[in-house]
Amino acid sequence: MSTARAASEPMIRLDQLTKHYPGQEAPAVDGIDLAVPQGEIVILVGPSGCGKTTTLEMINRLIEPSSGRIFLEGEDVTHVNPDHLRRRMGYVIQQIGLFPHQTIAQNIATVPRMLGWDDKRVNDRVEELLHLVGLDPARYRDRYPKEMSGGQRQRVGVARAMAADPPVMLMDEPFGATDPITRERLQNEFLRIQEDIRKTIVFVTHDIDEAIKMGDRIVILAEGSRIAQYDTPEAILTNPASEFVEQFLGSGILLKRLNLSRVEDVHVATSEWMTIGPDSTAEHARQLLQQSGRTHLLLLDDQRRPARWIAEIDLDRQGGFPAELSEAGTRVQACVDSRATLNDALQEMLLNANGVAAVVDRDGAYAGTLDLETIIAAIREMRAKALDEASSTAARGVT
Amino acid sequence: MTVSSYLERRWDVVLGLTLEHLLAVGIAVGFATLIGIALAILSYRNDRAVAVLLVVINTLFTVPALAYFGALILIVGLGWTAAITVLAIYALLPIVRNTVTGLREVDPAIVRAATGMGMSKSQRLLRVELPLAYPVILSGLRVATVLIVGIAAIGAYVAGPGLGTLIFSGLGAIGSVRAMPEIIIGTVAIVLVALVLDAVLALLGRLTTPRGLR
Repeated sequence: MSTARAASEPMIRLDQLTKHYPGQEAPAVDGIDLAVPQGEIVILVGPSGCGKTTTLEMINRLIEPSSGRIFLEGEDVTHVNPDHLRRRMGYVIQQIGLFPHQTIAQNIATVPRMLGWDDKRVNDRVEELLHLVGLDPARYRDRYPKEMSGGQRQRVGVARAMAADPPVMLMDEPFGATDPITRERLQNEFLRIQEDIRKTIVFVTHDIDEAIKMGDRIVILAEGSRIAQYDTPEAILTNPASEFVEQFLGSGILLKRLNLSRVEDVHVATSEWMTIGPDSTAEHARQLLQQSGRTHLLLLDDQRRPARWIAEIDLDRQGGFPAELSEAGTRVQACVDSRATLNDALQEMLLNANGVAAVVDRDGAYAGTLDLETIIAAIREMRAKALDEASSTAARGVT
Repeated sequence: MTVSSYLERRWDVVLGLTLEHLLAVGIAVGFATLIGIALAILSYRNDRAVAVLLVVINTLFTVPALAYFGALILIVGLGWTAAITVLAIYALLPIVRNTVTGLREVDPAIVRAATGMGMSKSQRLLRVELPLAYPVILSGLRVATVLIVGIAAIGAYVAGPGLGTLIFSGLGAIGSVRAMPEIIIGTVAIVLVALVLDAVLALLGRLTTPRGLR
């Protein structure tokens, strides 16, 4: 165990890092030890005033530590030139801080220009990054920040931070100032980008749900940046280390856990509910429904997309033949795709009269259904697995 | 003698004095800009330095021009030097105040982002803070210019350059036929110079402000 750890030096290591502001009794950050493994997103989360931002800003030395040491890729960077250190770390803040007098392309080119890249290399990189964050270069590269929406500006902020391909990114509530819908989209996009680029990311947030969603590991901080728990989201949710952590996680732990699993990870029932095509008659539907012994059946459209849930009473209401099946029953509000979290699926179930969620594949075609029992079973399994892991870690610790 | 007949006979003198006036204002604003921006850059990061600087420059601004002339004649004698020095002192206030304000009002998030990307202090100043403060600095320059076009008239008192010469000449010859035309032409020309310079600087601002800041 110990030899393996020594061989793979963490990307960032903080050693007894402390910030004590003059005139204040308690240190803002009190001797934090932290190792951030390469290629992972580590989230610093905690109540306001716990010192999470101070901790983050000591990593790129926007705040100079009072004592302790910072290691980047094994190198002690506590006293190197801070400007040079910062060019090795991308930095994204909530207010983004784009330069309003420069175009989007100029903004993104900031660090590459400082590093002395030639024009061609800078231009190619700007194009590549704009593509990566989903902005068409031809359309956006010569715009000014004020000509972009908040979500677009935030994408540019991320692109600018990644411009010189730094191994490390520091992000301080990067999506905090956007509306919930934009925030979710930005989060998903960023996770997709991270799957490819595998940067080492330290990410500050006060939102535990964001932490669970974005983090490979989460550091829960108490006052003075004392680590209350540092573990994977699964482990923290199934096994909170202390009352403080439990309180911070809040009441909906069970629901939060559902954010950890995706529909594709659990069993999707394919034959629980009868389906019927758009060309069928009401009479045929009634027969199927009676055979199945279920309360509803699912009407698919001509592209096999779930269209309506139909109960027997809906068929009666049609009265007479030929009835319009496409008008019967209740419309399927939203389908969950296989990448959705179980939490999303649960929401969909609660909206549906019969308590199941229709699952679709990538093309939107019907793939099966998910019901409450499946979700409860998944939770049970998660909890058992986490307890297993916890006890085996404990056992390893003893030997 | 009417204004028009005076102009007809002595247009070359009026034109020469107008050009002198422009030149004196230009030189004074030039010096004041160099000194004022330098002082602002040296002090803007420090609250106390800014407070001291503004108190000093405000005080200099309140001293009457005649007092300066009196003192300066003893040091540099009569002529252009005394006039331009006084004009530059008055031009300092708007320039320093606007430069300090412009630099200090740059969005702190932008400064933090620039620092976080590894810009040194001087890179930050040259590439971010000064460009963002530029419209405010330029409007300070505009105020200073218009302000000293008027004050420059008094420069003639110490044998300085410009249209003041015409006015003083008229005032000294009250009762003669050329008195009124000289006073009127001198005054109107000064107003015109001020309006033209104001318009030119406004246009300059429009043309040189980056699209993203407009």
